[in-house]
Amino acid sequence: MTDDGLTIGTVTLRSRLIVGTGKYASFEETKRAVEASGADCVTVAVRRVNILDPGRPNLLDHLDPKVYKILPNTAGCYTADEACRTARLARAAGVSDWVKLEVIGDPKTLFPDNEALLEATKILVKEGFVVLPYTNDDPIMARKLQDAGAAVVMPMAAPIGSGLGIRNPHNIQMILETVSVPVIVDAGVGTASDAVVAMELGCHGVLMNTAIAAAQHPIRMAEAMRLAVRAGRLAYLSGRMPKRRYAQASSPTDGMIE
Amino acid sequence: MRVTVNGVAQDLPDEITVLQLLETMNLLPARVAVERNLAIVDRAQFGVLRLQTGDQIEIIGFVGGGEDDG
Repeated sequence: MTDDGLTIGTVTLRSRLIVGTGKYASFEETKRAVEASGADCVTVAVRRVNILDPGRPNLLDHLDPKVYKILPNTAGCYTADEACRTARLARAAGVSDWVKLEVIGDPKTLFPDNEALLEATKILVKEGFVVLPYTNDDPIMARKLQDAGAAVVMPMAAPIGSGLGIRNPHNIQMILETVSVPVIVDAGVGTASDAVVAMELGCHGVLMNTAIAAAQHPIRMAEAMRLAVRAGRLAYLSGRMPKRRYAQASSPTDGMIE
Repeated sequence: MRVTVNGVAQDLPDEITVLQLLETMNLLPARVAVERNLAIVDRAQFGVLRLQTGDQIEIIGFVGGGEDDG
């Protein structure tokens, strides 16, 4: 099953787990968590460099862009204009033309502003970006994003950083049945079983940050997530047994001792 | 000349190039992107483009982040 990669645009990732790089105690811990997760794609935020304290260690010194696919994100953007400006700057930094597109609607829910998200997706696709939009678990929105040229759709499982797990598996399933681009659950995963559920539903990948970074032992949780995504994927590909309401013995009744 | 870099007013030598600005600030050009008055500066122009007084410069890089933690 080494060929079971996740293809986005022209790139095939080995791992179906994409991880964030925020909220870690140090770059060293970030690096160790990413390694333990097995992810070969990491998302990073785009920010002003600190010109008052130059010479600070740089994240990319710890996560080599030659080794990891870098997925810049537009976290913190509240308008299509801000998100597009951030995406363009990220691309100009010269490591990636991918963008995890976030246009946030309000700071309390961090739900996406889907209207602005769709607008920004159209603009950035036209400019040649590989757009990975963070959206809510709405099949109609997913279809519109796909039609706008998004390379994947990334519905939230639950609010960003909430760790509530897959709140509406039926909607995720509808999205899977609606679009043909890969579906990556982005946000809301809290623990390994949540990642398994997402993958068992047939999602093509999972993106997470807080579930690993905010665990008591991030490195161990990163490994748990690596195994969970793999386990869920294998279970999905295996085709689970049908559910029955009553018991069915798995041992033969013939040859019972009388 | 007065130039604003990442929101901070700076006194810089006249006609300084983008590359010289980055060197002055100890920043590795390979790790950043630069915007001048809202227009992205092509990397190939770093050594050529000279700043002018009143310019608004943004220098960005990548930091740890996952989802909307800005």
